[in-house]
Amino acid sequence: MEQLICKNLKLGYENITLAEDLSFSVESGDYLCIVGENGAGKSTLMRTILRLQKPLGGTIEYTDGLTASVIGYLPQQTIVQKDFPASVYEVVLSGCQNSLGRHIFYNKAAKERAHKNMERLGIADLAKWCYRDLSGGQQQRVLLARALCATEKMLLLDEPVAGLDPLVTNEMYELISKLNKEGITIIMISHDILSSIKYAKHILHIGNDFFFGTVEDYKNSAAGSAYLEGGSN
Amino acid sequence: METLIEALSYPFVRYALIVGVLVALCSSLLGVILVLKRFSYIGDGLSHVAFGAMAIAAVVGLTDQMMLTLPITIVCAILLLWTGQNAKIKGDAAIAMISVGALAFGYLLMNLFPTSSNISGDVCSSLFGSTKILTLTKSEVILSIVLSIVVVILFVLFYNRFFAVTFDESFAKAVGTKTRLLNLLIATIIAVIIVLAMNLVGSLLVSALVIFPALSAMRIFKSFKSVTIFSAILSVVCALTGIILSIPFDTPVGSTIVITDIVAFAICWVIGAVRK
Repeated sequence: MEQLICKNLKLGYENITLAEDLSFSVESGDYLCIVGENGAGKSTLMRTILRLQKPLGGTIEYTDGLTASVIGYLPQQTIVQKDFPASVYEVVLSGCQNSLGRHIFYNKAAKERAHKNMERLGIADLAKWCYRDLSGGQQQRVLLARALCATEKMLLLDEPVAGLDPLVTNEMYELISKLNKEGITIIMISHDILSSIKYAKHILHIGNDFFFGTVEDYKNSAAGSAYLEGGSN
Repeated sequence: METLIEALSYPFVRYALIVGVLVALCSSLLGVILVLKRFSYIGDGLSHVAFGAMAIAAVVGLTDQMMLTLPITIVCAILLLWTGQNAKIKGDAAIAMISVGALAFGYLLMNLFPTSSNISGDVCSSLFGSTKILTLTKSEVILSIVLSIVVVILFVLFYNRFFAVTFDESFAKAVGTKTRLLNLLIATIIAVIIVLAMNLVGSLLVSALVIFPALSAMRIFKSFKSVTIFSAILSVVCALTGIILSIPFDTPVGSTIVITDIVAFAICWVIGAVRK
């Protein structure tokens, strides 16, 4: 069943158009990788899906009970977070803010959800640690646990393995794959084309070439083979 | 000790202590957010704005200067913090611009329309708060108390949302938190605190009250909650110590409080370094 349908999207800022005429859809349980050159508008596309900015044209339709605010989002890390004095638990719990509503404090259900998601990602024993004292891989797990607190349906990941070493990168991919098998739709921006075709079900290539389809078709497409050749060197 | 008890029998000393404690409490609470949001310098900028506004109030002849300084400072805070992220002139440049502009404007006004024969004394007192805290009127004290209570209540009510929007604004916005509204609220509260704190330490030293307790707490503690609570306690203790010390030693209240804050920071820094 389709969860997200984008039609003729035009992306960019006031005077700059980054991408035009993007049409694609994402099904429940899908694993979509967004690839493309730097500056092709991948992050902008993600921010547009999250309603952080408006599209210049076209429509985004959320179906199957999905709304923009119940999408779990893993943004790229900001400088502010690098030395932020917050415990792991506090960060994960802040993922429940869409269930705060008009309340002042998080309710019991939210706290349980935070604990459950820390267990799920194997960071329960780090709950009282300070976020800034963690390794890069651990920090990404914390942010992923936070994103999971916001959603049961869909995760948007903006380069989740950026800056991680190869071993931790693989762990991260396995973790994301596991979450996908548990039924969560994954949309991921990636520069790592080889891992993308290994784990993803669909590929969206934007930039100079446009492609949307299954991984198999992508390998045989003009856009895909050119990009793959560059990636495997 | 005897001088202290004798000093406490004067109402203006009691006023100073009450306002000092409340202002220290409020400024440290918001200080944590400002330091983490990389807005440490905004306190400085806004206090200069408040200085300019105060000069206008003096020239116009307002008896209750806060009536004018408060709204002007709030408007500037909103302009700086709220639109800061995507404005054409970037945050730090905008702060510097408004800050020095207001300072120059205020000083110019004070010289063009002198309200007393001792201009340099007036300027010095509003920049360093040398005597201001000891000349508070009862209505100013009541206004300070009310505003401080409002600030503390707002902080508690929005604690979780403030944390969320400080740690990761994009994420907060993506999951539907009204980040623009929260930033507006933070800007307004900060302006109120700056105007209140000017009475205590003067406009040049306001930033110290905002950033030092937060930075001290961040040396030692590892969660947002403990950092916030500790910086509030530390700030109150330092303000009390500073005011009390300034009486027997006959030093300016504002700078004594700031020096106490600096000493506390040094101690926290050492504790933090030893722990690692």
